Amino acid sequence: MSGFTDRADAALADPILKIAVERTAGTAEAKRGIAVAAFPDFDAARIRAAAIKDHVIAHLGHYLEKFEANAVAAGAKVHWASTSDEACRIVIDLCKRANAKTVARSKSMLGEEIGLPHALAEAGIGRVETDLAEHIIQLADERPSHIIWPAMHKTREQVSALFKAKHRSPHEEETIAAMAESARRQLRGEMLGADVGISGANFLIADTGAICTVTNEGNAELSLVPPRVHIVTAGIEKIVPSMPHAIHMLRMLARSATGAALTQYTTFYTGPRRPGDRDGPEEMHIVLVDNGRTRMREEGLAEMLRCIRCGACMNHCVVFRQIGGHAYGGTYPGPMGSVLTPVFDGLPKNRDLAHACTLNGKCQEVCPVRIPLPTLLRGWREKSWREGLEPTSMRFGLGVWAWVARRPALYRFGTGLAVRAMRLLGRKGWIGKLPLAGGWTRYRDMPKPAAQTFMAQYQRERRK
Amino acid sequence: MMTRNVALFVTCLVDVMRPRIGFAAIRALEAAGCDVVVPQGQTCCGQPALNSGDRDHAAALAKQTIKALEPYEAIIVPSGSCAGTIRCHYPEIFEHDAAWLPRAQAVAAKTFEVMAYLDEVCGWKPEGVSVDAKATYHDSCSGLRELGIKAQPRRLLKSIDGLTFAPLAGEETCCGFGGTFCVKYPAISNAIVGEKADAIDATGADLLLAGDLGCLMNMAGKLNRKGSKVRAYHAIELIAGMGDGPAIGEEA
Repeated sequence: MSGFTDRADAALADPILKIAVERTAGTAEAKRGIAVAAFPDFDAARIRAAAIKDHVIAHLGHYLEKFEANAVAAGAKVHWASTSDEACRIVIDLCKRANAKTVARSKSMLGEEIGLPHALAEAGIGRVETDLAEHIIQLADERPSHIIWPAMHKTREQVSALFKAKHRSPHEEETIAAMAESARRQLRGEMLGADVGISGANFLIADTGAICTVTNEGNAELSLVPPRVHIVTAGIEKIVPSMPHAIHMLRMLARSATGAALTQYTTFYTGPRRPGDRDGPEEMHIVLVDNGRTRMREEGLAEMLRCIRCGACMNHCVVFRQIGGHAYGGTYPGPMGSVLTPVFDGLPKNRDLAHACTLNGKCQEVCPVRIPLPTLLRGWREKSWREGLEPTSMRFGLGVWAWVARRPALYRFGTGLAVRAMRLLGRKGWIGKLPLAGGWTRYRDMPKPAAQTFMAQYQRERRK
Repeated sequence: MMTRNVALFVTCLVDVMRPRIGFAAIRALEAAGCDVVVPQGQTCCGQPALNSGDRDHAAALAKQTIKALEPYEAIIVPSGSCAGTIRCHYPEIFEHDAAWLPRAQAVAAKTFEVMAYLDEVCGWKPEGVSVDAKATYHDSCSGLRELGIKAQPRRLLKSIDGLTFAPLAGEETCCGFGGTFCVKYPAISNAIVGEKADAIDATGADLLLAGDLGCLMNMAGKLNRKGSKVRAYHAIELIAGMGDGPAIGEEA
């Protein structure tokens, strides 16, 4: 049994998880549908969004240099990290130089990807999460299960119990307002007292050196305005050429993620506090992280670098809807995670992910940047096959089947035998238990085949 | 009416599990003025190998299928998923093979799912066919998203006298079959098809129709296991006037 199958089985056995996932993803699906229907020619907008990203990915070096020059001119310091370890080291060094006891962190999938929460803990630096769901995850000592709603797998009742157990002065009433107040009492002082703020970036704007961050809680501002030092960590593929491009991508992102026309808070900022500014950090650092991204470009996964992390693919995925995000075992769940996780964590440990997909194509249909996710997943399956990672039984079975299928006369003989054998197992029209297909008949019946194959019947009728 | 010389690619599932679908396709195509041939060199299009990552075997089977099918004016397939493999994936398989790419592209360009062909190319409608039942329709994923099959089967089915329709909630949602997915991850597949079966039952329809035998076997097998009375047919069986025969899983 693989790790994935075990995790998926555990998820399937959890009725609360199912309710929680269905509630959030179902709402997102419905709202996205309404938003897209109201958008004039959403498909044309998707084509443009994909073209913007493809252009940038093809000229990544050019735009990154431009971004660096403009960010530096605005007073920021730009750091480059090629691996997750290097990225964490840079961030920890910056925190130590700032004598940070606590950092105020704003949810960022890149931060999760590079293992920043863990690295901060190892360095003995306290971490306060400004995103409420990330705070819940931190208290539960879990990983996010979705890229937009990190705690989507938890119900309100579970969160209430968690707050009661972990907050210094927890709520008494189990209302949303009381629970929010409990979190506020716990977090506000820590947030405002943090020495360093760490956030991610939704877009890096090359021609101004600006960064765009979107949240629905305004929490990114809590990590970028009050602390003395602000650190942005961003994947190098987050770059867009200019503000109009960023705006186009934002329109696609918000609608695809939550069905909203725009996120509640959309912040653009450039450089640290300037003379005369009333607030803002004294120092601003931008850590640009590769972590396999240039390799993806070279290894046939360039289209995946279009991803703007909206989560639409997982919200609409039949498999994700059944098993939730944790079953995927990586930072990124769902279809996009199944493409990305082998990049970060290797294919041998994650070969299941590419297979745990029905190739139904819904993810590609809803992707705002038209990533051919089924094709990329099929690519991982092929690599896994080439590298001998597929189970021997599968290789052997498929080999025998293909050998026979390439010999039509033998194939007709074999299918004729198979039909007769299957008919012996049937009761009335159905087979309740079929050898070698236990996965099928454990859960559903198999119709009994007709007495003769099509080819046999067709030949017989032609002879008449 | 111009006679069309077409080849029927039966699909391995139809060949082995439900030959009626192949005969229904022939009957409807002949009614639409086609001269139908079943090339004997065919077996399976290679989709199981392709989707398992076994590109070499997929290419070998694709070559065999191309050789068997290329002499004909059009290739008709009673499955959106197999037609999609030939149309969309054969040219991908031979992307870097200068000798086979043009042959794959030529076959791809003249391959059609049967209901799309009858409706769009032949402009045909069933005449004098009647079925007194309420049906619901599931849009199988490959046909829907690779080939744009949505309106064509509905247009054909609407010409059947007495057939009424009940909309299926989540009609475009995958049933959890996914080829080998259903046996590789049976528990996940079961959870998906379980919801699908509940949605089908909730329509109050007598019949479940779709354009792909794989999906139909998955849904019908689940419906039977849960004791549902809904009967399942490939839509082409009704369209060809063969809706009075046994449904999937019924004795002839």
